[in-house]
Amino acid sequence: MAYRTNLMVCTGTACVSCGAFDVKTLLEEEIKKQGLDKEILVVGTGCQGFCAQGPIVVVQPDDIFYQLLSPEDISYLVEEHFLKGRPVKKMMYTPPGEKIQIPTVNEIGFFSKQRLIALRNKGLIDAEKIDDYIGRDGYNALIKVLTSMSSEDIIKEIKKSGLRGRGGGGFPTGLKWEICHNSKDETKYIICNADEGDPGAYMDRSIVESDPHAVIEGMLIGAKAIGAQLGFVYIRSEYPLAISRLEIAIEQAREYGLLGKDILGKGFDFDLEIKQGAGAFVCGEETSLIHSIEGISPEPSQRPPFPAESGLWGKPTNINNVETWANVPRIILRGADWFAGIGTEKSKGTKVFSLVGKINNTGLVEVPMGITLKEIIYDIGGGVPNGKKFKGVQIGGPSGGVVPAALIDLPVDYEKLTEVGSMMGSGGMVVVDEDTCMVDLSRYFLEFTSDESCGKCTSCREGSSAMLEILTKITEGNGKEGDIELLKELGYAIKDASQCGLGQTLPNPVLSTIKNFRDEYEAHIKNKKCPAHVCKALIDFHIDPEKCTGCTVCAIKCPADAISGSRKEIHIIDQEKCIKCGICFTVCKFDAVKVE
Amino acid sequence: MPKLTIKDLEEIRKKVRKTALLREGISNAKITVHMGTCGIAAGARTIMNTVIKIVEESGRDDVIVTTSGCAGFCSREPMATVELKGETPVKYCDLTGDKIKKIFSEHVLNGKIVEECALAIGSEREP
Repeated sequence: MAYRTNLMVCTGTACVSCGAFDVKTLLEEEIKKQGLDKEILVVGTGCQGFCAQGPIVVVQPDDIFYQLLSPEDISYLVEEHFLKGRPVKKMMYTPPGEKIQIPTVNEIGFFSKQRLIALRNKGLIDAEKIDDYIGRDGYNALIKVLTSMSSEDIIKEIKKSGLRGRGGGGFPTGLKWEICHNSKDETKYIICNADEGDPGAYMDRSIVESDPHAVIEGMLIGAKAIGAQLGFVYIRSEYPLAISRLEIAIEQAREYGLLGKDILGKGFDFDLEIKQGAGAFVCGEETSLIHSIEGISPEPSQRPPFPAESGLWGKPTNINNVETWANVPRIILRGADWFAGIGTEKSKGTKVFSLVGKINNTGLVEVPMGITLKEIIYDIGGGVPNGKKFKGVQIGGPSGGVVPAALIDLPVDYEKLTEVGSMMGSGGMVVVDEDTCMVDLSRYFLEFTSDESCGKCTSCREGSSAMLEILTKITEGNGKEGDIELLKELGYAIKDASQCGLGQTLPNPVLSTIKNFRDEYEAHIKNKKCPAHVCKALIDFHIDPEKCTGCTVCAIKCPADAISGSRKEIHIIDQEKCIKCGICFTVCKFDAVKVE
Repeated sequence: MPKLTIKDLEEIRKKVRKTALLREGISNAKITVHMGTCGIAAGARTIMNTVIKIVEESGRDDVIVTTSGCAGFCSREPMATVELKGETPVKYCDLTGDKIKKIFSEHVLNGKIVEECALAIGSEREP
């Protein structure tokens, strides 16, 4: 019998870490207990995007959005809403700073401003059921290419759509396919790059977790266009849920004969293997990734020859990122013109961003190219928490740069971001506010890239260490006149002299913060001050005698025993003992602890 | 499992289409059974089961069945509201299995309001 209601429980990694599997099990138990298990189906979906509010359950067809659910809520929820038909307001979403709950998904700004292509099935299908995918037009694009399109037709369509690589470079996908298609060899490979390594980015993981068949179908279409018989999904082993859902999806596709020999009886052969990576950032680079699959040390190779001519085991190889592959079936099905109608002149379609950092609505969003940063950060992201001032957004991870608050009206596309010294990258957006020190942020990214540098090029290996050393000195109060110029000189030299994308882009966070926040660097170097009060060596905590009431809270909480003073007496911080942890500042109710 | 042909794939798609539409909230008709305490006591559960069964039997995949709380007119329960796409909702009262079957075949399937069972046309509004 058909179900009248489906409960779409988000079981993406973020919600799972907040207890989504417990919520799902309890829902199933309570629904059974109330005798509703014949009419209400509980479905585990991939990431629905609103990670800040997990665990999440969406009630369909009514579109009601329940959030921040705990196991204790479930029996009440089932009785009230599903037995008695009374939606439970207190479990619905209330926007920051407001008092009234918003009942349905479509009315919540976070969702209503998005436009979904790569994530079109998020929250609507069970990623572990191939039939769910098929029910939403799944494998229809495959039928179309196998029955009515030649390889050349497919390539022409993808070129016309204007689709560009979503992994970072932004290279035109159709052109990449054409080069590989034109390479004369009987054996060709295609690869899906799911080696997502940017701190704060999880777009690819979520796509694989919520809609693995979209990636498989995209690869099938690519294989047909290029003439490949075997494909690999290179995915990092830190993504266990994504790997397990992909394994299930591949197995189901094989059972249905959508992978293997003579697919859909049309004489087309293609199969797919998963290759797990050990989580090295450099493996996101095409040639390094290929070496990793070959089982040798993942160092980049000189290009040309490009992988499209000589890649995996010397054979023509085409690599695209997860999100790029997931766009392909929709372009084939709805046509290049439809896709090219979305976005800006040179950047077509949508882009998935992971919105993290100092933002109210942490989560995964898909927006049309050309949307302004302001819309993403305020309308979708809900702004900066606790009334703090928005300072900028770091886009593109350790390879990208910071876009300052002054440029908040910037339309987001490949060209515009590059113009302002940032980059699209794979789509990580880390929002920073007035409490973030830009020198410290650059130091953090340099620490990451200098650790991840494979070491092949001297410029990248030694250059990143040298830059990190200077940045560390600045944050420790030992910066000196000329450091900024030296950082810039090193940065440009590393960009020029490094072989792969890792080295060519690693100075970006430093160069862009010097360009946009030079005064912060100067305050650290010249005045030995950290304006954001982050760099411990440059700040002091002291107690304002006018405001101190002698409540003793700070003295009790101080882990270093650095605060002296009895009840109702003014307290004093011993600067020798103080470890600058900031606990006294946080716990003081009278605003008496000051940072300088 | 043998390999699928294009026809098999279309069959699967047809079979799961209803679920896909339900999750997207796409429908041409919506039947709301009022399931407040009063409604349940008066037999709304039986009505609900009947509705689910007849929708299933009709083979229509664009009819949504949902619940809501007490409609406010407890003496006339069980009640249900039928809303065809683009039309004013109609409230039916004092329902029985036979009445809801008639309402389904005449109103939902053929667009003809069953006046003898109808309580009111339209819904209360906020002032």
